[in-house]
Amino acid sequence: MNAISLLILFPLAAALIIFLVRNDKVRNTLVRISAIATAAVTVIVTYLYFNDIQTFTYPHEETIDLIMAVVEVAVALFIITVGIKNKKYLVSAFSFIQTALILTFEFTGKQGIEVKTAIYLDKLAIIMVLIVGLVGSLICLYAVGYMKDYHKHHKEYKERKSFFFAILFLFLSAMFGLVLSNNLTWLYFCWELTTLCSFLLIGYTQTKEAKNNAFRALVINLGGGIAFAVAIVWIGMQFDTLELSTLVSKKPETIILMPVFLLAFAALTKSAQLPFSSWLLGAMVAPTPTSALLHSATMVKAGVYLIIRLSPMLGDSYVGRTVTLVGGITFLACSLMAIAQSDAKKILAYSTIANLGLIVICASIGTQESLWAAILLVIFHAVSKSLLFISVGSAEHQIGSRNVEDMDVLMGVSSKLAIFMLIGIAGMFLAPFGMLISKWVAMKAFIDSDQILTVIILAYGSAATLFYWSKWMGKLVSNANVKNPVKHKFHLDEIIPIVILGIMVVISCFGFPIISEHALVPYLSNIFGSEALNPIGKNNTELMLIMLSMLIILPVSFIPIYKNNKRRKASIYMAGENTGDNESFNGSIGITQKVELRNWYMESYFGTKTLSLWSDILSIITLVVGSILLIGGLL
Amino acid sequence: MTTILLVLGIIIVAPLAGGLLTGIDRIISARLQGRQGPPLLQPFYDVLKLISKESIEVNSMHRFFVYISCIFVMFTTAILLSGGDILLAIFALTLGSVFFVLGGYASNSPYSTIGSERELLQIMAYEPMVLLTCVGLYYANHSFFIKDIIASDKPAIIYLPGVFIGLLYILAFKLRKSPFDLSMSHHGHQEIVKGITTEYSGRDLAVIEVTHWYETIISLTLVYVFFAAHTLISHVIAVLVCALVYFLEILIDNAVARLKWQQAIASAWIVTAIMGAANLFILSYLR
Repeated sequence: MNAISLLILFPLAAALIIFLVRNDKVRNTLVRISAIATAAVTVIVTYLYFNDIQTFTYPHEETIDLIMAVVEVAVALFIITVGIKNKKYLVSAFSFIQTALILTFEFTGKQGIEVKTAIYLDKLAIIMVLIVGLVGSLICLYAVGYMKDYHKHHKEYKERKSFFFAILFLFLSAMFGLVLSNNLTWLYFCWELTTLCSFLLIGYTQTKEAKNNAFRALVINLGGGIAFAVAIVWIGMQFDTLELSTLVSKKPETIILMPVFLLAFAALTKSAQLPFSSWLLGAMVAPTPTSALLHSATMVKAGVYLIIRLSPMLGDSYVGRTVTLVGGITFLACSLMAIAQSDAKKILAYSTIANLGLIVICASIGTQESLWAAILLVIFHAVSKSLLFISVGSAEHQIGSRNVEDMDVLMGVSSKLAIFMLIGIAGMFLAPFGMLISKWVAMKAFIDSDQILTVIILAYGSAATLFYWSKWMGKLVSNANVKNPVKHKFHLDEIIPIVILGIMVVISCFGFPIISEHALVPYLSNIFGSEALNPIGKNNTELMLIMLSMLIILPVSFIPIYKNNKRRKASIYMAGENTGDNESFNGSIGITQKVELRNWYMESYFGTKTLSLWSDILSIITLVVGSILLIGGLL
Repeated sequence: MTTILLVLGIIIVAPLAGGLLTGIDRIISARLQGRQGPPLLQPFYDVLKLISKESIEVNSMHRFFVYISCIFVMFTTAILLSGGDILLAIFALTLGSVFFVLGGYASNSPYSTIGSERELLQIMAYEPMVLLTCVGLYYANHSFFIKDIIASDKPAIIYLPGVFIGLLYILAFKLRKSPFDLSMSHHGHQEIVKGITTEYSGRDLAVIEVTHWYETIISLTLVYVFFAAHTLISHVIAVLVCALVYFLEILIDNAVARLKWQQAIASAWIVTAIMGAANLFILSYLR
């Protein structure tokens, strides 16, 4: 028993206790304490084990295996039952197939395969632990404040908060297990737990839409789970190992690439890549903390984490090329489709899928530089995206809408919220913030490995990204007048996570050279067996930091000018017909017309209908052709 | 110390050169239209006059976006002309452009909001080609640093003729010339009021004008690096090509009308795909 095990067991225990507590006040306090404690354990583990790679195994592994098998059967029984009850027979079938497969293997083929390192904690795992532990627990903290208002606004839903908070912590526990496990069967177990958790969270409100979307998420992820299960059996039977680290240290030959392809397939479903992305778009029916958790710290990051782990096997092989192309199609298509969205959560969802696509590209190319970019993308995306989700959630409570068009009043209602939202958006695409740093290195990495197509995809996708984020920022700064301001209570539980995440977005940008030097470079040196280099030179890093400082100092230095502003104010130009309130003008037959300013969505170009159809078809073709080429190589 | 002097020099000289170019532009444009045209230094007189005028505003925030935009455009110019990383410079320029767009939004005026939407669309239209230009230069010279690119054995144009043509196509966006001057134009007759700059006056408008001078220099620098190599003659050729390109843009500006936004973005993306992308693919096969 050590601090690392505590990482998995503590949130698990918290989940159990929170589930049992029915009193609102007591439970809220418990959630707060558990969130803070989870973050604390995370920091302690990082502090204790940062320097050296930790590998160990537990003494009673058979017992742990047995417990897992029992839980797996229970979960399968649960899923099969709800599947039959709701007439979603595919779900039941998928669950039955994979559980039967894994159980058979557990008691037959697996006997005799010895797992030497069940737990593997290297720098990559530590980075993931930090993301799950810090961002995840901030979201749990935020959920306390959010859920207070949620049931006030939505009286029609049954209140099941104990269940909700318990699942949040169970999710964190499963994620910790997932990034720490080197034993593939354990990893698979946690993988399936995250699938279950997301199913339960998405279906929280129990409306028809929520149920449907929850089942869609379940069926797609269970499909990926089958691929995972088959891969485990294959690897175990053929190569006599169940360790991820052993698997990826083998020579990438065709025979071993088949199970790797299956694992990558599972990762693509979990990371919501095309054609499997519909489940993540549907997940937004859930309360906002769910979306924040799914999009930033957990679930989708599990998929790209696995691909980063598998990257030594990808690279130039057919598997690598297929995965790269699927990521590329996803990145471009979703960046374009985000332009036509006005629902803030939808924009965020498309942007998540697109960025995951970019991470998938970087990880599957598998050079030092591209992996550097992939891991930094994971970090920056987690921080910025969680900030954006929770600030959109709070904005929804403040202005009663999450449509970007209605956010022109947000600066007037709550300038704090608007500014943090602006920071989050800037973090997603502007220089010198994190995502752009990673994109920059990604671009260099692609061209260095002669990936011309992905460079072109990145160029177009970035342009589209700039468009949809900038017009959102435009709405936030547009200074529209607030009509009948409703002063809403802004809970401390909401403010604290928003402020901390906002600060983290900025600090992670200042700190990227440190992250690179102390975590990424040692990790990459270890993987590639040669001294890795920081892809961004010292001069450029300095210039980036100067830019970042300018962005902070300039707005602040304008405050004195702003305060002593004595300039004459004029009304907005409306061809001389402004009625004087800047909101309406004298229309043609003496009618006063209200001015409404709308952003451009260009449905005919970027509408989801045709684009998603074509991109789905393209990605399916890519996957099919990839597997045919792979099987062809096997024969 | 020398770096600071160099940067200061660039920041002072670049807009002077850009202003002169604008003056030449106005004379040539006038002659093309059969007019005498203003004196060469007219752009400077205009800016000085704007500075001395009263600045009226619709709200107290929207001018700051223009100032920040100008500062980042200066930053870009300094990186480019001191031989720095071209990709980093482009990122800084994009940041400046985004602030300019936000300035249009911040006035909450119908005309400048339309201008902002159009400006954003223009950025989206030209950005892929600008990025491919940087990537292409890196692919040909193995360095993103301009000081390395202009010291190589052969000028980049030999490897990147297609990329160069693509860049020429989108340069009209950057120089705010017809047919791609959708967001703000020098030609009053085809403008929706004054586009993105509608609500700016006096000193703020002067800042916008100076920012544009910097941007002119940035655009021509991108042309320059295609032709400059380690020989002196190549630098002379590069300057001549820049002059020619600028003249060409003025000619086109006076000869054609504005396109619709649909045509602007579609044509820019198609030209980028055909010229830029194809050039890079061919280059990767030849290596």
